[in-house]
Amino acid sequence: MEANLAQPLPQAHHAAPGGVWRWLASTNHKDIGTLYFWFAATMFLIGGLMAMLIRAELFQPGLQLVQPEAFNQLTTLHGLIMIFGVIMPAFTAFANWQVPLMIGAPDMAFPRMNNWSFWLLPVAGVFLVGSTLLPGGAVAGGWTMYPPLFLQGGISYDLTIFAIHIMGASSIMGSINIATTILNMRAPGMTLMKMPLFVWTWLITAFLLIAVMPVLAGAVTMLLADRNFGTHFFDAAGGGDPVLFQHVFWFFGHPEVYILILPAFGIISSVIPTFSRKPLFGYASMVYATASIAILSFLVWGHHMFTVGMPAAAQLYFMYATLLIAVPTGVKVFNWVATMWRGSLTFETAMLFAVAFVCLFTIGGFSGLVLAMVPVDIQLQDTYYVVAHFHYVLVTGALFSIYAGLYYWLPKWTGHMVNETWGRWHFWLSAISVNVLFFPMHFLGLAGMPRRIPDYALQFADFNRVASIGGFVFGASQILLLIVILKCIRGGEKAEARAWEGAEGLEWTVPSPAPYHTFAQPPEVK
Amino acid sequence: MRLGRQMLLLVCGAGWIQPVVADWALNLQAPKSDIAARIHDIHTLILLVCLGIFVVVFGVMFYALFKHRKSAGHQAHHFHEHATVEVIWTVIPLLILVGMAWPATRAVLDQKDTANPDLTIKVTGYQWKWEYDYLQDGVKFMSASSTPADQIANQAAKGAHYLLEVDEPMVVPVGKKVRVLLTSHDVIHAWWVPALGVKQDAIPGFIRDTWFRANEPGTYRGQCAELCGRGHAFMPIVVEVKSEADYQAWLADKRAGNQARAVAAVAAVAKTFSPAELKTRGERIFAANCAACHQADGKGLPGVFPALAGSKIANGPAAAHIDRVLRGKEGTAMSAFQEQLDDADLAAVITYERIAWGNTGSPVQPADVKARRK
Repeated sequence: MEANLAQPLPQAHHAAPGGVWRWLASTNHKDIGTLYFWFAATMFLIGGLMAMLIRAELFQPGLQLVQPEAFNQLTTLHGLIMIFGVIMPAFTAFANWQVPLMIGAPDMAFPRMNNWSFWLLPVAGVFLVGSTLLPGGAVAGGWTMYPPLFLQGGISYDLTIFAIHIMGASSIMGSINIATTILNMRAPGMTLMKMPLFVWTWLITAFLLIAVMPVLAGAVTMLLADRNFGTHFFDAAGGGDPVLFQHVFWFFGHPEVYILILPAFGIISSVIPTFSRKPLFGYASMVYATASIAILSFLVWGHHMFTVGMPAAAQLYFMYATLLIAVPTGVKVFNWVATMWRGSLTFETAMLFAVAFVCLFTIGGFSGLVLAMVPVDIQLQDTYYVVAHFHYVLVTGALFSIYAGLYYWLPKWTGHMVNETWGRWHFWLSAISVNVLFFPMHFLGLAGMPRRIPDYALQFADFNRVASIGGFVFGASQILLLIVILKCIRGGEKAEARAWEGAEGLEWTVPSPAPYHTFAQPPEVK
Repeated sequence: MRLGRQMLLLVCGAGWIQPVVADWALNLQAPKSDIAARIHDIHTLILLVCLGIFVVVFGVMFYALFKHRKSAGHQAHHFHEHATVEVIWTVIPLLILVGMAWPATRAVLDQKDTANPDLTIKVTGYQWKWEYDYLQDGVKFMSASSTPADQIANQAAKGAHYLLEVDEPMVVPVGKKVRVLLTSHDVIHAWWVPALGVKQDAIPGFIRDTWFRANEPGTYRGQCAELCGRGHAFMPIVVEVKSEADYQAWLADKRAGNQARAVAAVAAVAKTFSPAELKTRGERIFAANCAACHQADGKGLPGVFPALAGSKIANGPAAAHIDRVLRGKEGTAMSAFQEQLDDADLAAVITYERIAWGNTGSPVQPADVKARRK
């Protein structure tokens, strides 16, 4: 028996199967990771084109390109697609590719469920995007789906609820898979506190997802029942309360915010030490900070609802609880800066995006502090200031971390180094235009421009033009990323097993590109 | 501030931007109430604290970015833990946060204190207009956007208060504590006047309250702040703050006008109008109340808002048509108009819908509408 175990396991010799079945029936974590990635990229293109249309309509006052009804559909779908179709699947792509490689596992714990949780997503994506073709067009009630407005729409609203259920099921299965893999399949010697921080952040994210996706499912099911089965959960005339929906939604929605950012913290915590040639500063405090953020995220949902008219005591509780989150978040930023301090820094594109992330995500954090102050939030709730805030967190935060991760791990995935010249162009164009796009939105919100409007008063015209120009440049710059990725897949300088000089971790011990099956024999972690 | 604006103009390459209104506003609107002033100050305080932290933290980071480069020959120092430092940068932010939250806490308590108002006005949101009901003074009216459709469609030059102008503004006396009771007739709206520092969601089936006290006379403009459907961008709020004497004069005027209208409405019920008279009057009312959804050409928006041209109801028995307009349709954006329009206006608009766009329904008289009211 022991002699048998010493032999490499048979599947280690299997090459990738060919044809369409390789992808449809895949149980391989790398292939499924790739599928997640291309799904996210496709949805990013669709959601991005919607954003371009939104910015084109807002280029000047008056209605030019789209009517208000269509505009509301664009903003609603843009939000749903970017959150559920881009950021979440992209992070799951990283989890699929990297978690087994980083903990020395041969694959995910449940490879077939992994296949299923991916292939649910395109179905949901088709429902969501395809609903634009239904009579009455797609959902137009905002991605937050507040009733009673959401009760007024047509059949596409029910289809969207179905799509959200499917995406929720996919997320829950994916999370169970990731959590089980991390807890059960680590290489011998890799204790929890030796795991790379990316693995830690995904473990915590997985638990957040398992906790709150059912809450979202419950909220949209109640909407479905109110719409079709004569219930009155959210209708005061039948004894319900429209605000109840907001409480349930944001009890999901605030942890969701951290679902969209904790894996980003993990990626950045991998990239910065590599290019600083120095271990991550304060590893243990980073783990504790991530866990505290996750726990606090369940206790602050009311700060999305300061204008619904809650009692002063509730407003104050939610304000102080929200401010508390700034403490562990601050610890993370300080730790990243301390990691760079007295390092030996180089600025490959991955590092450029990571540094931009630290800087710009912090701007989003600061505007979050401003919004946490109840009296100020009363002025800024539902204005462009909020739009600026969450785009700094989600675009220069989550999306930039995804870019950093791509530039960092593409050599491991493709076996080729990234073309740094193209990468640099992509970085500088994106980093400058994204600020031209989103920074003026702070001013628009302060001056009194509400969000989700297709047309605006004349005093908002100037900054809207600036933002639109920034938006077009930012949108066009992302074509460069596609070119970088395609070039990297097709060729380029050969990547070594350890593609970056300062890279640490198990994924850099396997060849580049990573073989179809890795760690059939568990590595030894000292 | 001026330097900032000039730099922005420079950055934006000036020339090709033709400023419609040269207004690169960078901050909150000039506060016109004590609460708005305190919000302004709290915002400034937090902004400065954040700026300070930003400069210190990223000063350190950029120092490292320039001085600790590999290309500058810097060797990495392999330290990776320091308990004291970690404690310090946990505790100090905590203290800063509490320091910032203190003035905000006091402002919250004052903001929520709606007791002892001088004047109470009930404000009801409708898709897409506001109703103001002066509970003590017996005045009640609708307030809708007065921006002409051709300005929105870019067929006419836009006025100075484009999208921020209404037919009937809310009028309040200066220096008086005005308590605003908010509710909604259909979906959630939010009533917001930035210069007065007041915003409150209007929630159907519930009444929420807020208050303001305007410090100086003037006209203050705001907008609905909660997505409420197709017309969300087109339901502005205008508050005119007048001296007590002017306010009383406005009240008297308003009451007299209301009375005259009520007398005319009673007289109209007894009168029979010609279809042409009803159609002319109805077209105006349709444009103000119905065209946002059903469209000026009566074709609606397929799948969202039903067409009236050729519709079963508009070409069928009058009673069903009157009932639909009086009581609306539950679960849709079709509002109940029985409280919003009088019998003559309703008869006019219903008649218009029944004979315009090639429809062949029978005309309706004010008395018919009155008979269908419950």
